[in-house]
Amino acid sequence: MNELPQQLVNGLLLGSMYGLVAVGYTMVYGIVQLINFAHGEIFMTGGFGALTVWLILPGGTSMWVALPLMIIGAVIVATTIAVGAERFAYRPLRGGPRLAPLITAIGLSLALQYAVWVWYPEAKSARTFPQIPGGPIELGPVTIQTGDVFLVIAAPVCMAFLAFFVMRTRTGRGMQATAQDPDTAKLMGVNTDRIIVIAFALGAIFAAVGAVAYGLKYGVVDYKMGFLLGLKAFTAAVLGGIGNIYGAMIGGLVLGVAETMATAYVDQIPGMEQLGGQSWANVWAFVLLIVVLLARPQGLLGERVADRA
Amino acid sequence: MRNRSLLILTTAVTAGALTLTACGSRDDKGGDSSGEGGGVTVTIGLDAPLTGELSALGLGIKNSADLAVKTANKKQYVKGVTFKLETLDDQAQPSAGQQNATKLVADKTVLGVVGPLNSGVAESMQKVFDDAKLVQVSPANTNPALSQGPNWASGDKKRGYKSYFRTATTDAIQGPFAAQYVFNDAKKTKAFIIDDKKTYGAGLAGTFKGEWEKLGGKTVGTQHIDPDTKDFSAVATQVKNSGADVVYYGGEYPAAGPLAKQIKEAGAKVTVVGGDALFSPEYVKLAGATAAEGDFATSVGAPIETLASAKEFLANYKAENYKEAFEAYGGYSYDSTWSIIEAVKKVVDGNGGKLPDDARAKVVEALQGVSFEGVTGSVAFDEFGDTTNKQLTVYQVKNGAFAPVKSDSFGE
Repeated sequence: MNELPQQLVNGLLLGSMYGLVAVGYTMVYGIVQLINFAHGEIFMTGGFGALTVWLILPGGTSMWVALPLMIIGAVIVATTIAVGAERFAYRPLRGGPRLAPLITAIGLSLALQYAVWVWYPEAKSARTFPQIPGGPIELGPVTIQTGDVFLVIAAPVCMAFLAFFVMRTRTGRGMQATAQDPDTAKLMGVNTDRIIVIAFALGAIFAAVGAVAYGLKYGVVDYKMGFLLGLKAFTAAVLGGIGNIYGAMIGGLVLGVAETMATAYVDQIPGMEQLGGQSWANVWAFVLLIVVLLARPQGLLGERVADRA
Repeated sequence: MRNRSLLILTTAVTAGALTLTACGSRDDKGGDSSGEGGGVTVTIGLDAPLTGELSALGLGIKNSADLAVKTANKKQYVKGVTFKLETLDDQAQPSAGQQNATKLVADKTVLGVVGPLNSGVAESMQKVFDDAKLVQVSPANTNPALSQGPNWASGDKKRGYKSYFRTATTDAIQGPFAAQYVFNDAKKTKAFIIDDKKTYGAGLAGTFKGEWEKLGGKTVGTQHIDPDTKDFSAVATQVKNSGADVVYYGGEYPAAGPLAKQIKEAGAKVTVVGGDALFSPEYVKLAGATAAEGDFATSVGAPIETLASAKEFLANYKAENYKEAFEAYGGYSYDSTWSIIEAVKKVVDGNGGKLPDDARAKVVEALQGVSFEGVTGSVAFDEFGDTTNKQLTVYQVKNGAFAPVKSDSFGE
């Protein structure tokens, strides 16, 4: 049986999740030139937010009732933490040396991981996440799991919403203006502080949706889930061209497909048996990143803009 | 522009490295059990993952060792000696394990160490302990190379470290035992073999594959996974299309659970089989009870609940009201601790009731000759420091929990 279509779908699904998280990296970078390394942990807290809602709801609640509430819970928790981080960890450092907020972000990332590890009940090992009932959906040669259906719907909807928001609304245009030149934007009457908070919040909303998708797809959430995924999402954002929201999504999809293809096919190339398999997928994903950056340093969709001093 | 890309790359790499190394060691002072009574205090060190994904197994090891120490103190088993347990957390990481080993070596009252859980961690500790002539008894390491040298598979067995012992049966028999059961009893013929490339997982998968093909089983595919990720969909699709009827996984439950879940959801009609690191309720929890139903795990020794010698252990464990279950290695941990206590007793008795100056070296010698009836059967060590007990058991998930289906002594 030809497994290529299924492997493509596997890759696209994984990539959509990377993309959802990558949007948060790229938006914050585009506006304040900060690599928010705590974003992976904001994703993680979103997952625990959703789980908390599920645990509060009375047992036996239908998933169709619970899921929207869980998404809301995830969004509230992730946004609160992201906005709080912006207000108390990053804003005081704005205008300082560029490494200061970066180190803060790394510290915040560890702090959030271990806060969940210490204080969330039974979070020292992975916690099971509720599942959507029902069997998989067969579409010709391709099988889509019930847990993935959410991702299939959520990822495009979120992207369409974001595109509309950034391009069509007043706030969105304010974001674009701030990204291009914060000082001029300020002179033109854009409240840049507010715009930055909105960028963090939007990133957190996407991460929260991504976290619910993660829980549904893999059946577990744990305190470390944001670390590796955050790193991959950041890679996706760089691959797509950091600062560009479509680039983040494209970068995510490319990275997801590349990893899946590397897992499935590299070891079938004669002479490459030792370099194949899932344990090498990350290596190939980063080889791809290096190749892309050598050819296009600005990333797939990045624009060639002069670096701000 | 070029500078910016470079900056991004460097920051990504340094951040990754920073975050990884930040998972250092952390002390756990919870396991102290200082007893009453005068004389000298002998410390028994304990190293296991008490936090992180494998903590369920680690905490069971800690509690059981604690119980052994308490029992010895209560009975005044060694006259004039009070035992104390010093508990350290290795988070299943070799680097943390080595730090803990150095720490234990530096403490002169430590005469023996129980642990660790992971074979990979043991590798990083062996030399530190051996140089200090400090005895180490692992309740759970199953990689044969630890005691029989790296070339054990080709028959060239050589003991590398005189101070290393274990009460757990090795993968050299665990893998083949699983292969025999899957082929002869479960009547499976086409295996897809997956491992996580760690010392334990790759060793187990290798020994399974060898015996499986010798028996006439077909290997329809192999994969190596990265246990740190959770997305195994590509592997799951491969398993489904390979037509395998059994998946053997060499690795631990934190990755095995999601892996089994994704393989079965992909529509593959397979039974997942693994070693003792799958034999945990956590596996069933992570895979989901429906997905895990019917899966097998082998584990070392006979089921503790069926052994007459374990009755006292079970009763005492319950009486102590430990928060966590003793899990797969509880009995072995108790026996490991007890073997050190026996060795100390021998040394003290042989020296007129006092600890000699070179107590550590003497304990190593004494442990080689230890023999007693423990929780898991008779405990004694062969010329490599391995247990002489070759009992193994196959467990199957039935109604959402592992239940023993076959227990046998492995014949080579």
